[in-house]
Amino acid sequence: MSQTPVLIPALLLLSALFSLLFGLRSARLGHLVAVLGVLGSFLTAVAGAFGVITGGEAIRYAMGGWIPPIGIELVLDHLSVFMTLLITFIGLVVIVYAPRSLHFEAPGKAAFAWPAIVLLLAGLSGVSLTGDLFNLYVFLEISALAAYALLAIGGKAAPVATLRYLIVGAAGGGFYLLGVGFLYFTAGTVNMADLASRLPELVENRAVVSAALLLVLGLALKMALFPMHFWLPDVYTHAPSAVSGMIAPIMTKVSAYAIIRLFLDVFPPGYFTEALPIASTIGWLSAAGIVYGSVLAVAQHDYRRMLAYSSVGQIAYVGLGIGLANPIGLIGGLLHMVNHALMKSVLFLIGGAIRLRTGVTRIPDMKGLGRSMPWTMATFAIAALAMVGIPPTAGFFSKWYLLLGTIEAGNAWWFGVILISSLLSGVYFFRVVEMIYRDPAVDPAEREEADAAGRERPPLQPGGEPPASLLGPILILGVAILAVGIFNVLIVGALLTHAVAPLGG
Amino acid sequence: MTVEFLQGHYPYVLVIVLLLIGLYGMTLKGNLLKKLIGMTIFQTSIYLFFIQGAVKTNATIPVFSPELGPGAENYMNPLPQVIVLTAIVVGVAITGVALSLLLVTQQRYGTIEEDEILEQMRQAE
Repeated sequence: MSQTPVLIPALLLLSALFSLLFGLRSARLGHLVAVLGVLGSFLTAVAGAFGVITGGEAIRYAMGGWIPPIGIELVLDHLSVFMTLLITFIGLVVIVYAPRSLHFEAPGKAAFAWPAIVLLLAGLSGVSLTGDLFNLYVFLEISALAAYALLAIGGKAAPVATLRYLIVGAAGGGFYLLGVGFLYFTAGTVNMADLASRLPELVENRAVVSAALLLVLGLALKMALFPMHFWLPDVYTHAPSAVSGMIAPIMTKVSAYAIIRLFLDVFPPGYFTEALPIASTIGWLSAAGIVYGSVLAVAQHDYRRMLAYSSVGQIAYVGLGIGLANPIGLIGGLLHMVNHALMKSVLFLIGGAIRLRTGVTRIPDMKGLGRSMPWTMATFAIAALAMVGIPPTAGFFSKWYLLLGTIEAGNAWWFGVILISSLLSGVYFFRVVEMIYRDPAVDPAEREEADAAGRERPPLQPGGEPPASLLGPILILGVAILAVGIFNVLIVGALLTHAVAPLGG
Repeated sequence: MTVEFLQGHYPYVLVIVLLLIGLYGMTLKGNLLKKLIGMTIFQTSIYLFFIQGAVKTNATIPVFSPELGPGAENYMNPLPQVIVLTAIVVGVAITGVALSLLLVTQQRYGTIEEDEILEQMRQAE
């Protein structure tokens, strides 16, 4: 049990290596190795979750036997269990979905996509698990490099969009690394627990102030916090659907997690709220981002671009949770990570299924799909209800906690922002729902001709349900949206209340 | 005061100048290759910051020597060096991926000027 923290990323790293080696012989074999690796680390994360919940305390693992703070340690506590479960679950579902869709959208690239996907998951779970600030940087860059490779295999504009993302990501990583340097030369350590015990004496130190600002700035660039989101819409629009369905739900959230980790467990209590106005700045930028993302999502005609702008707005809900800085608000922000990950993932996967069956990516062309793809579109409707926040879907509860948080903080503006954005989500999602359940305009002459000749009438929309390997993951995520909504109290009670304990209350 | 400050801290001032040159290149240059050059200068300035912070005179490599004894003042601190080495590896990987993306971009658009690429993207829509 004490090995679980290291097993999660180690299994992924191993399977990335073997997936590449086997993938050179046959892409199918490479995919199998990748699926087994992700499945193994998901099961390890589940075992780790039981260990942490029943044991009530964090499981720590010293890498290479070097005792921390000299060596690097991996820590599986309530917050990191929550993140690794989310990352490996989404990873598992999407990697099962991916082969057909990727083969269709990016022919011939699949063999190299599997190791990159597993490497991405290894990096993201490493960020969640590490107890060392510099190690966090390395894992963050591993995941970023894998993401650049994956995002660039999309359409014509994908490489240039990814290149712009890469430059922003490198700047974010650079600022973060500079912040680590400031902390190291002031406090003499990069271990999180060690820093937490040394920083209270150094709160007045100007180098520590600069370090806090640089770390948060770097992570905010990677998190796509408004107005640092400008790289995101192009990248998600041009990437293959399976890749967007993997990266949009978890990538930006891991950077948000890193900010929350710094806020709760590294810097002294009150440092981000009273000593420096970091939390409230993040909160106001997030409020602006929520409105901005929702308004621009309404204006889009391309399905994927609409989802990308919606992502800008939705990641800002997590930022709003940080800004509230009270336990219930932060619980709302963290819960929204799961909810949004499930919803956005399934929405991108549905986009991929539609594209595979009909080649359509524009919303006005989606007329009549409700007839030809009933199960897929029913899942879309569930996800749309969850995005708006209608009970008992998952999306309702995180917004509920956030609203309670704004009431506790007495912030009427942010309360209004959440309500307005939910309304706007209704506008842009019900527009699509209306489109897919409306009959397409079939040429009347064509129908008469078919009737006269005694032939079957032409189908309203080509296609039909996607193959089982695509439909299965879509339905699983749809059920998960409902299940997480109904059982959200379990997640909040077993994991999140412990995770936000440093805030008091 | 200014002169004394510069005498004591000039390496840091140079690091900041390099950092700003890099940021200028990354944000304001229109040519994607120049942006990448700016990115490399920016990353290098951070490596130099770590190296500068670890400078120690009259100290040797951090391997125990019986002549010098166990005193920490005789040995370099290996951690910042290790951090910089790792960061350089990360930086090289990023530069490699960036250059390959740039190559594909050039093949698809026939240019690496950002405004010309944006113009072509707008016409395609």
